[in-house]
Amino acid sequence: MDALLGQSINLDAAVLLMVSFAMISQRRILSLVHLYTLQGATLVLATTTVAYLTHQDHLYVSAALTLGLKVVLIPQLLHRVIDRLDVRWDVEPLINIPTTMLIGIALVVFSFNLALPIAQLSSSIARATLGIALACVLLSFMMMIVRAKAIPQVIGFLAMENGLFFAATAATNGMPMIVELGIGLDVLVGALILGVFMFQIREQFDSLDIRHLEKLRESEDR
Amino acid sequence: MIHIDWILVVVAGWLLLGVAALFALHDTQFVARRLFPLGALLGLALGAVALAAVFEGPQVAELTIGLPGLPMHLRLDALSAYFLVVIGVGACGTSLFSAGYFRSGEGTPPGLLCLEYHVFLAAMAMVTLADDGYAFLVMWETMALASFFLVTANHRVAAVREAAYLYLLIAHVGAIAILLCFGVLQANSGDYTFANLRAQHLGPVWSAIAFGLAVAGFGAKAGLVPLHVWLPEAHPAAPSPVSALMSAVMLKTAIYGLLRVTFDLLHGGAWWWGLVLLGLGLASALLGVVFSTVQTEMKRLLAYSSIENIGLIATGLGLALIFRAYGLGTLSALALTAALFHVLAHCLFKSLLFLGTGAVLHATGERNLGKLGGLIRSMPWVAWLVLVGVLAGSGLPPLAGFIPEWLLLQSFLFTTDLPNPFLGMLIPLVAAAVALVAALACYAMVKFYGVVFLGQPREEKLLQARDAAPWERLGLAWFALGAVALGLFPVPWIDVVDKVTLQLVGSGLAQAVHANGWLLLSPIAPERASYSPTAFLGGVTAGTLLGLLIGRRLYRGALRRAPAWACGHAEAAAARLAARTQDSAEGFGQPIRQIFEPFFRVTRHLPSPFDLQPRYEVRIEDRFWRGAYLPLAALVDRMARAVALLQRGRISVYLMYSFCTLVALLLVVRS
Amino acid sequence: MSTAAILAQFLEIVLALAGAPLLLGWVDQWRARLQNKSAPPLLQPYHVLHKLLVKESVVADSASPLFRMAPYVKFGCMTLACAIVPTLSTDLPLASAADAIALVGLLALARTFLALAAMDLGTAFGTMGARRDMLVGFLAEPALLMTLFCTSLITHSTSLANMVQSMAHRPFVLDPSLAFAGVAFTIVSLAENTRIPVDNPATHLELTMIHEALLLEYSGRHLALMEWAAALKLFAYSCIGLALFLPWGIAEIDAPLAMITAVPVLAAKLAVGGILLALIETVSAKMRIFRVPEFLATAFLLAVIGLLVHQLLQG
Repeated sequence: MDALLGQSINLDAAVLLMVSFAMISQRRILSLVHLYTLQGATLVLATTTVAYLTHQDHLYVSAALTLGLKVVLIPQLLHRVIDRLDVRWDVEPLINIPTTMLIGIALVVFSFNLALPIAQLSSSIARATLGIALACVLLSFMMMIVRAKAIPQVIGFLAMENGLFFAATAATNGMPMIVELGIGLDVLVGALILGVFMFQIREQFDSLDIRHLEKLRESEDR
Repeated sequence: MIHIDWILVVVAGWLLLGVAALFALHDTQFVARRLFPLGALLGLALGAVALAAVFEGPQVAELTIGLPGLPMHLRLDALSAYFLVVIGVGACGTSLFSAGYFRSGEGTPPGLLCLEYHVFLAAMAMVTLADDGYAFLVMWETMALASFFLVTANHRVAAVREAAYLYLLIAHVGAIAILLCFGVLQANSGDYTFANLRAQHLGPVWSAIAFGLAVAGFGAKAGLVPLHVWLPEAHPAAPSPVSALMSAVMLKTAIYGLLRVTFDLLHGGAWWWGLVLLGLGLASALLGVVFSTVQTEMKRLLAYSSIENIGLIATGLGLALIFRAYGLGTLSALALTAALFHVLAHCLFKSLLFLGTGAVLHATGERNLGKLGGLIRSMPWVAWLVLVGVLAGSGLPPLAGFIPEWLLLQSFLFTTDLPNPFLGMLIPLVAAAVALVAALACYAMVKFYGVVFLGQPREEKLLQARDAAPWERLGLAWFALGAVALGLFPVPWIDVVDKVTLQLVGSGLAQAVHANGWLLLSPIAPERASYSPTAFLGGVTAGTLLGLLIGRRLYRGALRRAPAWACGHAEAAAARLAARTQDSAEGFGQPIRQIFEPFFRVTRHLPSPFDLQPRYEVRIEDRFWRGAYLPLAALVDRMARAVALLQRGRISVYLMYSFCTLVALLLVVRS
Repeated sequence: MSTAAILAQFLEIVLALAGAPLLLGWVDQWRARLQNKSAPPLLQPYHVLHKLLVKESVVADSASPLFRMAPYVKFGCMTLACAIVPTLSTDLPLASAADAIALVGLLALARTFLALAAMDLGTAFGTMGARRDMLVGFLAEPALLMTLFCTSLITHSTSLANMVQSMAHRPFVLDPSLAFAGVAFTIVSLAENTRIPVDNPATHLELTMIHEALLLEYSGRHLALMEWAAALKLFAYSCIGLALFLPWGIAEIDAPLAMITAVPVLAAKLAVGGILLALIETVSAKMRIFRVPEFLATAFLLAVIGLLVHQLLQG
């Protein structure tokens, strides 16, 4: 039974990676929010499993917090924002999707290679998944770079934090509570700022396309 | 006489044929009907003797021609013999085809063409026999020059001259690299014989430099990226039998050189050598296949397809090097077997395809895919034989093109045994890329065959196209039969390849393969993988017969001929518009062009509503040309201009140069 | 080659030939039910096949022998494909004739012949269908190959019978690379069998047809064999998926009597799979042609990631 649970962590890692890739290839913003919710749910599952296997109770609290925030609260907020701003579709990303996926593969190979020596040092039960978690972080970061509208960028930012959280669980059996709360606060503040930002862009340019921000350049626009 | 003597007799025979042609310079009938078939016979003899020689031990000979005190050493070992078989097979079929192909009035007189052709063949055979640096380079240069003259057979066309010039330029850049490579290999011992080069023990830095020079030199001739730009220009410019020989046989001599230097003279080397070769091979394969799917000219499409196949061979070689560096002998033999198999398979189907385009060119005068179509009705012999080539070129079972792909993919599966985890992770990506290349190759081949032979004729005159002459049919049939036979009976050929791999890496597959009989190909063990082409063909045939039974016998269906339905657009299906509604070559390649746009340099000219004569133009170019070659040419030009400042034209200045040099020398001697 | 093996092989081929239209009818029925329409009878495909076989076949004037040959060749290839995949038993004499890579090659052979036959007549729809089918094929074929490679890496073999046997006897492990391979395989089978979201098997609009465009000029017994071959292809793909990801219940080499139980187990698995397929078809919308390469590229890359994940978790 324990061995099976241990393998389920690997499976959760795989689902996380799949969701990160799916996020890159999605065009509908609503689907992005659903994928983010799925990511949160997988994270809860993984954290609970690690908590059960290593008998660390503070991870249960952590899992409950994740459930409350990432599966319930934040997706609801995102839905409301989407409704208020009335965005449904993303414009074409800056690089086309197949190229993005190829870069994604390269990032995956890179992070797998990076993670191998670190994983050998760790004693956690889920150490083999460190590479996957790192790959998720890099993929979400790339998603932020190639997207042309503000909301997918926000979701990419949040997904990055998910990946970091999973990496911490994988490498060190969860972070100390203080660190976790600190990161959570950072993410919250970041999301708030981005939210304000989005409304301002919307008011100024009547669209959430970030390419309009280029008009704020100092130099003369030819 | 031992085998090497017989081979030298064949080479001498070819040269004699060439000289005989000089005496009948404009007599097409004599040259075509008498000399070329004799050349084909000699090629067949070469192939047979070489095949027997593969199983013998190494044989040596010495020719005291050339400079005094510097005889040509020749050596016939398993590796040379294998490539001689490839040369013989290619030469036989192409000579048979040429007997019906060469006609007067194309620039060069046929007698001269015959001379150049046979000198080309003789030089290629001697390249594989050469056992010292001097003989190798002399024969290499002869091969390059002979092929240059063959490419300029239609020298009245400016584009042909330019293509040949580019070819000669890059061939010489490669030759310099090979020369430097031999120089590094001999490590100051002064003796350029291969036996001496083999015995030298270079340090890691120098052997890496030698490897790099070898890859550059032989890669230039083989068409590896980035030295591939001459291939798509030179192959279409040459007459079709010459293109066939160049693609099928000459590129393989470059592979022979690479094998000889890397595996034999350098004894394998570090693992990252294999990675370099793997990377270059994969890049060539991807570039070649993507470009071939968007071409609009038949022979350019096939030329890019040759780049792709050479890339795949180089990938196999790279993998073999990696395995060898880690001491995995059997796996190295597997990868090497895949590459060597591909050498012969490519020779067979590429010759078939190029010769087919030759027949089409002669019958229709068109080489542009946009002006061909529907030739299966007027040229059935060529069409059905070329179909065999197309299926083999797509890598479809049970023909010859599938087996090297199968063996290569098998060897990728075993890379998990490698102790280096980075390589273990990289190799699945390479396997995925190889699978993608194979699928795209199928796309390109379907485009080629579908646009040229199937569909409606796009020009009126295509309806009067005449089928190939008997000699041409014989040549095409030779290669088609070879592709089918090699595909259905790979196991006897594994025995032949085994001798070569034994020589190069010290192990071979023959033992494992023989344990399972001659109908089943199972390189490592039958539980791991097995493939039986005859059973495969039997299965498909049985299924087809079952279908025929149900359709024709059981239900006794009738058949009626009527105009094509075309979704009810009967007027369009009538002859006038039909040819225009079907896909053009550009249209068929458009999805690939869209998906792989970053690979190409695409310039578009779209019509605007205000154009009085609207025009749509899309030009696809190789990025290497604009990005690397033209700037390099500009740099050379600038340097040449700077040096040209020395040329003043006034005698006083030149005398002053001599004076200054004399004064400088006196100063130097004094100190 | 024991008699049990020959019997198993024969039974498998007969089952495939007889059962493939039934699977098609089952999927059609469930799709209609899920969409709140009145369902066609379960044996409808058999009626269609019979009707087509009885009718006269009309062939275009300009068709070459290649056009007439293609339906038979495709039928032959699909029959061999069904014979190679272990559905009832892993003790198949023909299994040594072709391994997983040769199976992919076999499917490619059928696709090539079909594309060439469509280009033969030179009609607008035929060539367009050939181009689109090759487009789907050139991405689906490597994706399928990589999916099979995932399982090959785990079982150290490309022989399908061996793969199935190893997978069935492994201790139950949740293998993430198999998860990736499974998703990739589902996408590839949807594409190759011309199901929504890639292609609508019932459409004849120029904007939307891929596979149907290849069949447009065929009629009578040729069309019957093409339809049958398409049903066999669906059967073969379903059986490959079941054999690789749910291999339990297939008879082994030394237990031929287990074939008796293998038949109902197979039927049950195919029934569930058919319902799932109908569900996917009902829930998804057909995607635009330009999005299909991206969709298939996703499958290809997922399969490659599956390989990488396997390497990572093993190393």
